[in-house]
Amino acid sequence: MAMNSEAPSGSFRLSMLINDTRYRSYTFQVIALLILFALFGFLISNLLENLRNAGLDISYQFLGEPAGYDINQRLIEYDSQSTHWRAALVGVLNTLLVAVVGCFLATVFGVVAGVLRLSNNWIVAKIMAVYVEIFRNVPVLIWILIINAIFLISLPQPKAFRGENAEASMLFDAFAFTGRGIYMPKPLFLEGSWVVIATFVLSVIGVFVYRRYARNQLFQYGRDLPVGWPSLAILFVPSIVIFFLAGSPIGIEYPELKGFNFKGGIWARGSFVALTLALAIYTGAFIAENVRAGIQAISKGQTEAAASLGMKPGRIMGLVILPQALRVIVPPMISNYLNLTKNSSLAIAVGYMDITGTLGGITLNQTGRAIEAVLLLMAFYLAISLSISAIMNVYNNSIKLKER
Amino acid sequence: MTDNIAFVRHDTLPPAPPPPSETGAIKWVRENLFSNVLNSVLTLLALYFIYRIAVGFLPWMLNGIWDAPSLQACREILNGESAGCFAVLTERWNQLLFGFKYPTDQYWRPSLAFILLFASVAPVLFSKLPRKMLILTAAYPFIGFWLIWGGTIVAPVLIALGFVFGYVVFTRFEKNSFAAGLISAIIAALVFWYIAGFVSEALSGVLALEPVPSRDMGGFMLNIILGTVCVSLSLPIGILLALGRQSRMPIIKGICVVFIEFIRGVPLITLLFVANVVLAYFLPPGTTFDLILRVIIMITMFSSAYIAEVIRGGLAALPKGQYEAADSLGLDYAQSMRLIILPQALKISIPGIVNVAVGLFKDTTLVSVISMFDLVGMIRGPILASTEWNGVYWELFGAASFLFFIVCYGISQYSQWLERQLATDHR
Repeated sequence: MAMNSEAPSGSFRLSMLINDTRYRSYTFQVIALLILFALFGFLISNLLENLRNAGLDISYQFLGEPAGYDINQRLIEYDSQSTHWRAALVGVLNTLLVAVVGCFLATVFGVVAGVLRLSNNWIVAKIMAVYVEIFRNVPVLIWILIINAIFLISLPQPKAFRGENAEASMLFDAFAFTGRGIYMPKPLFLEGSWVVIATFVLSVIGVFVYRRYARNQLFQYGRDLPVGWPSLAILFVPSIVIFFLAGSPIGIEYPELKGFNFKGGIWARGSFVALTLALAIYTGAFIAENVRAGIQAISKGQTEAAASLGMKPGRIMGLVILPQALRVIVPPMISNYLNLTKNSSLAIAVGYMDITGTLGGITLNQTGRAIEAVLLLMAFYLAISLSISAIMNVYNNSIKLKER
Repeated sequence: MTDNIAFVRHDTLPPAPPPPSETGAIKWVRENLFSNVLNSVLTLLALYFIYRIAVGFLPWMLNGIWDAPSLQACREILNGESAGCFAVLTERWNQLLFGFKYPTDQYWRPSLAFILLFASVAPVLFSKLPRKMLILTAAYPFIGFWLIWGGTIVAPVLIALGFVFGYVVFTRFEKNSFAAGLISAIIAALVFWYIAGFVSEALSGVLALEPVPSRDMGGFMLNIILGTVCVSLSLPIGILLALGRQSRMPIIKGICVVFIEFIRGVPLITLLFVANVVLAYFLPPGTTFDLILRVIIMITMFSSAYIAEVIRGGLAALPKGQYEAADSLGLDYAQSMRLIILPQALKISIPGIVNVAVGLFKDTTLVSVISMFDLVGMIRGPILASTEWNGVYWELFGAASFLFFIVCYGISQYSQWLERQLATDHR
């Protein structure tokens, strides 16, 4: 019996493109590519024809023209004579402001709620469960509108703070919650304040150095130095001493009622607070679930093993539980940050001028450059998302369990 | 030794009841609420918090006015007391559910479609129900379309028949190869629909309901339509994208990766902007698309990218042995995917898919930003802007949150139940 194990040789036939697995994948890919090209060609030819019919073209010239509208909340200089590009930049910074403040608050809410949900206090655990379920199951847009409505109708107007027996009063004489937003004290950096700031920065470095030293002592000689109180002392004592030696160069500016409005201090607009707070509470509910899942993922044996090695509860948390739990918690947490950043585009619903409000809102409507504006908008969000996921990949690889 | 012992008990004592502090409610309270100082403080704080909320909320809720023609009338009835004015809900309930343009005498149609939705989704959700009910599931898209949009019943029936015809052709040719069956089925269905187009025009009066254009859809109905249509359309697309991303062919993989990452990188609002102002530029000149259809296209793209990522996770979680086993049985790609890989991968991904579905349903409220009148759009637009109800925020937003909460919480509870049902391993 003749063995026939060699691959069938012979000339290439056309039918092999479909029937031979060696060539079939090329056929499929070529077909897919052709379909893709045809689709893009179809769309682009439509676009060109539509633009020709409407007498339009694609150009980003409008970015250099004066915008002609005002933006009430801005981090950089801007007036109605500034260009559309500048307006977009103001929007970008406003988006990033919401994203950073929102992510910080969401982490605080989420970690507190997630840890308390595992508390052995029944009533606290239940309250946190209710918080998580209520906020996860209602659209974030509704939360933004509800919190915005609190500013619109429930909080007093600044004029209610006037007079001897005013209807409203400031909290600690420093915070005013008004319908226009929240007024907060602002730190004033006077002459010589840099000495205090420099001292503080050095103290922060000092704390890290001390902790490293303490750890080395522990690992090398088994000497268990106290960490908590010395760190606090290093952090604050030098700064406070220098602060008074330099003659209190850092002051606080309190918001004050002048006429019908507050002057001075930091003014966080109602729309900003509503957006940030709603996003933070909403995302915090998701983060709480991640934190809970992360802590529960660490089996109880780990705690018991560490305890049987004679570790103190603080050390068990810091050296055994957290490093393992963080591996579970951090990746979904970062994707929640990403969601928060993308959801900040809902600012348009409460009139906060982020990039969607400036570039995708007023600029788009004024210039009629829909395609250009939307493309630019997408590119901005895409750049943020892709860079955050790149960072996340680096992090994931660095904490991945090294399996050999 | 025993002599020293004065007394030895010969019979065992009857078991004494545990001390009162170690039984029943007292023990539970001690262990769960007041186990130490910190816990006691937390408990008291929590009780105070609940008390404050109850004091503020319950009278507002219980003394609420449910019957009044306007906010002014409501305030007059309340006479200075602070309580909810829920009359806006009773008066505008139909608008909240159906929008303000849907013909009033036709409300029974979407309501019936909504009830049928439950009946047709039930056999998919609960595998214990009789399998014959799946016929209703298959027929539902056409019944639902006919009920909500109206028009003649001939068109949806013919479209459905086209699918049936295609399926028959598919079973005939499937023996040759899966691809041949698929292609011939698509061609057969297209030919059938082309011919059916003439038939349907001729029979346009048969069993015709009053046609309702899609720009008249609104209210919670619009959210439900967008949610169900987009999730069900994005499932098959998501599966294809996930398979494409796992594929060994670099070009197909590249296309899928770029599509998924692009969609996941931009907020849904920008995609809705595309649907609203940009998409029309990319269509052949002269074609006018419904806004609702354009929005459905964009939301479907959006959710299919997310579903693709969930399913990719399911595919990656399958042990490699499953793929190798399918190969070693001599199954080709389509067979191994359909019979071995996908059933398992989809089962793993169900919780993730449900999460995406809930998130998507919540995100359908974003269409209010591009001035469509869904539930949130109705509240922000026609109702809050009307002279009668200007200023009724809490009652309206509270009702909207309540509606969404019921649906989303229900779905996530179902998903958890299903997870327990499907947990066949690690018993």
